[in-house]
Amino acid sequence: MLRIEGLTAEIDGKPILQGVDLEVPAGELHAIMGPNGSGKSTLSYVLSGREGYEITGGSVTFNGVDLLAMEPEERAASGVFLAFQYPVELPGVGNANFLRTALNAVRRHRGEPEVDAMQFLKLARVRMKELSMPEDMLKRGVNVGFSGGEKKRNEVLQMALLRPKLAILDETDSGLDIDALKIVADGVNAMRAPDFSALIITHYQRLLDYIVPDRVHVLMAGRIVKSGGPELAHELEAQGYAQVAA
Amino acid sequence: MNAINNAAGFLARADTLSTPVWAASTRAAGRAALATYGLPTRRAEAFKYTDLAPVTQAAFGAEGQALALPALPAMRGHARLVFVDGVLRGDLSNLPPRPLSDAAGLLGSLAHATQPLAAMNAALFEDGLFLDVPAGEDAGLIELVSVVTGAMGPIAFHPRHVLRLGQGARLTLLDTSDGVAGLGYLHNPVFEISLGEGAEMAHVRIQREGRAAFHLSSVHTAIAARATYDNFTLNAGGRLARNEIHASLDGPHAMCHMNGAQLVGDGQHADTTTDLHHAAPDCGSRQTYKTVLAGRSRGVFQGKILVSRAAQRTDGYQMNQALLLSETSEMDSKPQLEIYADDVKCSHGATVGALDAAQLFYLRSRGIPQEQARSMLVEAFLTEAVDGVGDDACRTALSEAVAGWWVGERSTAPLAGRA
Ligand SMILES: Nc1ncnc2c1ncn2[C@@H]1O[C@H](COP(=O)(O)OP(=O)(O)O)[C@@H](O)[C@H]1O
Ligand SMILES: [Mg+2]
Repeated sequence: MLRIEGLTAEIDGKPILQGVDLEVPAGELHAIMGPNGSGKSTLSYVLSGREGYEITGGSVTFNGVDLLAMEPEERAASGVFLAFQYPVELPGVGNANFLRTALNAVRRHRGEPEVDAMQFLKLARVRMKELSMPEDMLKRGVNVGFSGGEKKRNEVLQMALLRPKLAILDETDSGLDIDALKIVADGVNAMRAPDFSALIITHYQRLLDYIVPDRVHVLMAGRIVKSGGPELAHELEAQGYAQVAA
Repeated sequence: MNAINNAAGFLARADTLSTPVWAASTRAAGRAALATYGLPTRRAEAFKYTDLAPVTQAAFGAEGQALALPALPAMRGHARLVFVDGVLRGDLSNLPPRPLSDAAGLLGSLAHATQPLAAMNAALFEDGLFLDVPAGEDAGLIELVSVVTGAMGPIAFHPRHVLRLGQGARLTLLDTSDGVAGLGYLHNPVFEISLGEGAEMAHVRIQREGRAAFHLSSVHTAIAARATYDNFTLNAGGRLARNEIHASLDGPHAMCHMNGAQLVGDGQHADTTTDLHHAAPDCGSRQTYKTVLAGRSRGVFQGKILVSRAAQRTDGYQMNQALLLSETSEMDSKPQLEIYADDVKCSHGATVGALDAAQLFYLRSRGIPQEQARSMLVEAFLTEAVDGVGDDACRTALSEAVAGWWVGERSTAPLAGRA
């Protein structure tokens, strides 16, 4: 599904990713853990195509296609989804309009018919119920006035509606109470399928009690320094990054 | 002062007009100002960013009775007054206005010849209306429609509108200016608006002149105690458009809202100039202007707030935001606060920038193509401007005008190369 080889990237001439190697086979969920500033968000942005990063080396293929050569919207349409660590507020853009526009853009790309406002509402209501989101969140501006938890849930709602093949969740768990954490985890677990993979970026082992990953990777100073099974998350929690990575 | 008066054409035209006795002093003051000073050049501080030279150099015919029946904007209110090529058309209107002669006592009392746009109008006005809403009465929504057919050629017309709201009276005026594309006409309306104690007026203006036209308007409003004047102006048409609002809060607890949006496309120049006088204590004012600029264009916002010594506990706010969609667009912004009272809350701010890169990426990361994402953000900026208008019919008219502008602009000037 996703193959990252020797990926190096810099911001304003400052190297951030310093040779990332990572492979996520189809159907697997992988966790990436690492201290603040180790480059986790940078990796997620580089994968989803945000401007401002200079790719200085390496390659990323997504189902055999060169991901780095694609525009952000092409990546999304072909199945890459990033749940933002800090979801962006869009005053004046209604959430329902935004979600439906995104859904139809992706559906067009897949050769599926677009959904009208009524069909969309039906779809959205089902998903929102699963995520315990009040319906008035459709009427508000995208993420405007949302609490931290509401923003994260809105990210998971987008994932559930767009049905990506590769979901990158950047600290979707931070700032969530335990109930919200379970709801988000259920949302991700419901996506599990032979052709769905996820990169779950997190600080805490807590989330991984609810979404059990196939592999855990430790990212430090822009490099994967250690990989292992789910038990690695517990080791990190108990001993800290420095100890485990040494 | 110029050796040759740059308003010579206008003065020659003024000399052909007959003036009734009740209008004589207003006319004389306007004509004298025009003869002495001409139209202001960019050396005048108030016209530093807006050059009237194209107006002084153009040749205009007189307003006249066009026979062709023009397309009128959709009816929104229960009553409308329609001006075609500068002339009030009784056959298209359904409200008998009082003759301007009835406004004799008010005429020229608020719009003074010291203001160049008002002076030009005073020297040249031929038609206009007088709307008088008696104390305690609610006049509802009245439309003032101006259309230009092009049948008369590039005319200049200078309507003078006088409005008086008695104590506690209410009025919503939807004032639209439309015109044919490609015709270099001049529309120079002046409004004199007197609001009695506790009166409430919503004044919604949609300036959508043809893209070769000149629109130079000025509104002069006196607001008595506890009265509210709420102006929203959409400045979208014309090659060169300037909207001036001069408002004076004359009694305690009066309120003035001046909001608006400027849509400035390739080849256009749009200027909003506000001049607000807090003359009495405990008054409030709110101003929010949003400007979108595309192609080769220029936007101007000048906002002056004068707080007199007597105007204690003034609460004033002014915000000016501009969105630049091209490298060749420019926004000039000049706030000017003059405060002589000591117990005053007065804030102002301005932002000028391109579309937000983080917002754009967020939309694109959801599969939304770049052009569509840009368009959504422009629409959002404009939606926010219009959403605050209270009257449903007016807000709908504004939303449609904004959407119409953006559809046209998007198809003619792709927003290439700008994040
Ligand atoms: N826009 C930026 N400009 C400059 N430096 C940045 C920028 N974004 C991130 N960085 C730097 O890149 C490094 C990695 O940041 P980030 O990817 O956000 O880490 P993480 O998500 O693991 O906390 C940090 O040193 C951070 O300061
Ligand atoms: Mg991060």
